[in-house]
Amino acid sequence: MKPKRRPTIHDHTIEANLFARRAIACMVVAAAVFLVLLTNLYHLQVTGFQEFQTRSNSNRITVLPVAPNRGLIYDRNGEILAENVPVYSIEIVPEEVDDLDDTLHRLATLLELDETAVESFRSQLRRARRFPQIPFADNISEQQVARFSLHQHHFPGVSVEARLQRHYPFGELFTHVVGYVGRINRQDIERLRANDEYGRYAATRTIGKLGVERYYESILHGRPGYQTVEVNSRGRVVRTLDFTPPVPGQDIYLEVDIEVQKIAMQQLQGRRGAIVVMDSDTGGLLAMYSNPSYDANLFVHGISVQDYQALLQDPNNPLINRASQGRYPPASTIKPHMSLLGLESGLIDINTRVWDPGYYQLPGVERRFRNWRSWGHGWVDMKKAIQVSNNTYFYKLAHELGIDRIHDFMAELGFGQSTGIDIHEENAALLPSRGWKRATLNEPWYTGETLSVGIGQSFWTVTPLQLATSTNTIVTKGRRLQPRFLRAVRHGEEIEYQEPFELPPLQLRSNDYFTAVMDGMERVISRVDGTAHAAFLNAPYRAAGKTGTAQVISRAEAERTPEYEIVDGQQVPIEVDERLRDNATYIGYAPADDPQITVAIAIENVGGGGRNAAPIARRIFDFYFDYQREVELVTLPLERDHARD
Amino acid sequence: MHETNPRSLSAIFQRFHIDLPLLLALIALCCISLAVIYSAGGQNIDLVERQVARIGLSFVVLLVFAQISPDTFKRLTIPVFIVGLALLVAVLLVGVVGKGAQRWLDLGVVRVQPSELMKLAAPMMLAWFCARQPLPVRWTTVFIGLFLVLVPTLLIARQPDLGTALLVFSSGIFVLFLAGMSWRLIIMGLLALGAFLPVAWFFLLHGYQRQRVLTFINPESDPLGAGYHIIQSKIAIGSGGLEGKGWLQGTQSQLEFLPERHTDFIFSVFSEEFGLIGVIALLFIYGFIIYRGLLIAIRAQHVFSKLLAGSITMTVFIYALVNIGMVSGLLPVVGVPLPLISYGGTSMVTIMAGFGILMAIGTHRRLTLRDEPGR
Repeated sequence: MKPKRRPTIHDHTIEANLFARRAIACMVVAAAVFLVLLTNLYHLQVTGFQEFQTRSNSNRITVLPVAPNRGLIYDRNGEILAENVPVYSIEIVPEEVDDLDDTLHRLATLLELDETAVESFRSQLRRARRFPQIPFADNISEQQVARFSLHQHHFPGVSVEARLQRHYPFGELFTHVVGYVGRINRQDIERLRANDEYGRYAATRTIGKLGVERYYESILHGRPGYQTVEVNSRGRVVRTLDFTPPVPGQDIYLEVDIEVQKIAMQQLQGRRGAIVVMDSDTGGLLAMYSNPSYDANLFVHGISVQDYQALLQDPNNPLINRASQGRYPPASTIKPHMSLLGLESGLIDINTRVWDPGYYQLPGVERRFRNWRSWGHGWVDMKKAIQVSNNTYFYKLAHELGIDRIHDFMAELGFGQSTGIDIHEENAALLPSRGWKRATLNEPWYTGETLSVGIGQSFWTVTPLQLATSTNTIVTKGRRLQPRFLRAVRHGEEIEYQEPFELPPLQLRSNDYFTAVMDGMERVISRVDGTAHAAFLNAPYRAAGKTGTAQVISRAEAERTPEYEIVDGQQVPIEVDERLRDNATYIGYAPADDPQITVAIAIENVGGGGRNAAPIARRIFDFYFDYQREVELVTLPLERDHARD
Repeated sequence: MHETNPRSLSAIFQRFHIDLPLLLALIALCCISLAVIYSAGGQNIDLVERQVARIGLSFVVLLVFAQISPDTFKRLTIPVFIVGLALLVAVLLVGVVGKGAQRWLDLGVVRVQPSELMKLAAPMMLAWFCARQPLPVRWTTVFIGLFLVLVPTLLIARQPDLGTALLVFSSGIFVLFLAGMSWRLIIMGLLALGAFLPVAWFFLLHGYQRQRVLTFINPESDPLGAGYHIIQSKIAIGSGGLEGKGWLQGTQSQLEFLPERHTDFIFSVFSEEFGLIGVIALLFIYGFIIYRGLLIAIRAQHVFSKLLAGSITMTVFIYALVNIGMVSGLLPVVGVPLPLISYGGTSMVTIMAGFGILMAIGTHRRLTLRDEPGR
């Protein structure tokens, strides 16, 4: 180049050539750059195609779980005890709502709900969530649905959802048996995770919390289905690509008979107590009712704080299942069991007689252990002792047996331990022993306590369910059947009946011992001076049983309590606290020669068992045998009357 | 009169100063634009109708500009540039804020965006300046030219509108390059730029700006934040594959995973639905437009016309490069639309005005040849 001399006038040829060269350079650069762009695009669209296609699909395709329908629960005749009913609820996805306060306020006004709905929603909002949407109002009426639908466009992020919800058509009748489902909470999630079952609950909102609903959760729940859906960038479902239907939970049939259960409920009206009615041959529970009860439906969509407080603070403790969790001194109902042990031990035979002067005295001890009839029963043998509920006989027997033998035998009959019933709400109650007393009270065992245990008092407590189960072992001559609710499981069209659950039988030296004890129990009713004779007058069947009257306070204490006090110079009777009155207990079975049903009854603070519990057993037996006849006439097929959903 | 005769048909186009190949390429782009906008906008016909209106307006502007003689543009250069600068200063002083930047000037009746005017005024000014002396340009001219283009560039960058600033600056640089700026200066300039980058990195950039560059280098480091757009865009392009998912079938765009679907990221929608084959076709059309524009520049009679035509053409190239490079992850995200495809009015009118000038340069030259006596 010669930069020194430059022409000052334009040379068109030089300029045109220079420009053309530069323009061609531009073209080359542009072509090169486009080639680079294309190389990169080739890299993305051809080399990286698989990877980006996968990422694009994972962007848009989501798998949503679909909740299975819960299996239904029927009684033994196909009466529905737990069903699924469609309900509507208003649900909110908080992230899609612009002004939550305003939305909640307007919603509450529109649906005519009070502030508690808003507060409940806020408390749910603070908790960990399993689903993007949070229910604002459950169980709303069709009118409310209609009203909301009309104004839906004013409420972005709010929607009406229809779902199946558990419903218990008989309210409080079966609460302690069937139980209920409730919202899955954090503990439930932790437990499910620990059992590696959480995946099955991906779309489920409720889980069995109590009773059969809880115990048979794995049968009732079913398996979730899956819906492969396309979603947009905000997670809204655009369309369904694939659908794997859920497998619904299996329907189950319970041993309970709604008619028997209703009678049990009716008999306990106004009382605190429990009734257990067992099929003698299978251990199936025909009825199990604990009063007071409560409506299971309260818990299904979250019980309100007020309702729950009311249940918790009710002095009658409706939340306690008295049949399997109530601990009662067995009192004289234990005398047949003691007699069985006496025979097995060889310390007595059926002819062994004891002279009852109205009390029993330990050798060299001043204290008298009293019979309930202060003048005594005279000479009593074992059957008579059961028949008239003589205490002296059993004081002596217990004294001779000693606590260790009593404890070991009664443990074999199932006392002091779980019966194996198929609900989790069970209490083992307490079968005392030397070891137990040392461990808990750090005291030695006293012989006097053995005597009290001999008549079912002292530390010994049982549940009505244990009473029924142990009595059934006597009446089945040693079969140790576990109490059961589950009768059958439906697999599609097939109904699979459950075998009875049975522990190895109780082997005695002779089966006659059972017969002898059962004889004594029949005399309780058949003999004029039997303690339940009055209750079963003119019964059209042969029944057997044993009454019990458990002192809530000891007799000594009762004697120390004055019956009057002086107020303003006048004698005023002291009202004995209702809760200090005796508990009535009863065990029984019928027919005496071929036992079909076994019952156990415990009623709190009503007085003697002969007068208060035995008549209830009578009514249950009467009803049952009457009804059995009807049932036999019209054999009820075990079929579903109610279609699913 | 002579409708059936192709020669007389081309004469009609000549009469109206229309470059037919360029026009056909532009129409092809506009058709693609409408199809992709319909898909990207969620099949919203309103959006398409508005874009049709803009395209119509743009073609009117193109036709009007094509009728103006290049000499007239040359005469108007200095007033237009001064007015442009004045408006840019006015924007910074009394401009209207929109979308986080101060770009608009409210004139009561209409809002104008002076930076768009500068996209044409700056190359005109530099072309005028370089054409005053014989080519190649001397280094003094280069430095004065650089100063002339840096003033509007910095004013626009202050708004801030980095995309437009970049386009205005590059239009000036292309004028200088085409005017024969010496290779030694070019190499020195590139070296200076290379040396300046680390200095800028350590001393001039704020932390968040450095973060933005880092995100560009590795978008996966912030997949839900700044990297989200570019990741989703790459997924869209890549999942299109060779043949594409088909028109209206692009899941990334239809399901709204892509940001700015019908504006800055419209190329991703196009790539997802039409695949690499579609992309090659689109780049071919752009390549043809660039070729045609540079051909017009080479054939132009006067230096001013040559430089202006070349610069306008290369600006369109820069538009396409920056946009495609941005959405495919080669360049940092700068708000530059894909020319004539992206939805949006202002830049489309400016680009079409530029093509109008290009056609004026291409056709008026021949007209003067034909009008020569003795033909």
